[in-house]
Amino acid sequence: MRLEYFQLIDRVVDLKLSERTIRCEATVPAESTIFEGHFPGYPLMPGVLLVEAMAQTSGWLIVALNRFERMPFLAAVKEAKLRSFVKPGEILIVEARLAHDGSGYAMTEANIKCNGKLVCDAALTLRVLDFPNLEMSKRMRDVAARIGLNAEAPTDG
Amino acid sequence: MSSTFDTIANIIAETCDIPRDTIKPESHAINDLGIDSLDFLDIAFAIDKAFGIKLPLEQWTQEVNDGKATTEQYFVLKNLAARIDELVAAKGA
Repeated sequence: MRLEYFQLIDRVVDLKLSERTIRCEATVPAESTIFEGHFPGYPLMPGVLLVEAMAQTSGWLIVALNRFERMPFLAAVKEAKLRSFVKPGEILIVEARLAHDGSGYAMTEANIKCNGKLVCDAALTLRVLDFPNLEMSKRMRDVAARIGLNAEAPTDG
Repeated sequence: MSSTFDTIANIIAETCDIPRDTIKPESHAINDLGIDSLDFLDIAFAIDKAFGIKLPLEQWTQEVNDGKATTEQYFVLKNLAARIDELVAAKGA
């Protein structure tokens, strides 16, 4: 995780376009100023950042499915459940499945596991819009390449 | 009124917590029922699932923005029901 850039996904582990699923890995940093405040003497990964990790994973699935033609933006979070604490240094597996591909929006179901145990899950709504500008499209492709998501030739489908 | 209207009225009532008896065929989803665009996504999702279609929300929005259509054509519920019936018929054709 690059918390200071709000880029929470480290790499795409598995992408199945035909099944409309993605699995990503994200390692919680061992140290961050965030943990100095959340909480003093008892560092925990903030739940909102876990939700954001699920949203970003959902987003990467959507951009892969639409071949980087359009950009998803988080619009709604439903049924988010934060089931157990996540601590610095832990390795997270973040999964998302496209539940519905609507006109200008998408619904996903996402979850995070740590050591095989479910730590949180949520149903998310994302608006799917044209990229606001070419620069953003290019930058997103750069980030995608860094995390192993090939914009031109997704792994499946 | 058609069963299509009843289905979407029930969806709206449940999704947006609006009393079912206040939802009429002549109701405008936005102007009369106060449904905003984000809430309408939940309604569109439920309609897509219920009828096995994909409401072309982006196309409709574009037509309204371009002045080629009015919101009444798509968001007055009896008109929305008619559009849904057309989409269902086109799917089966």
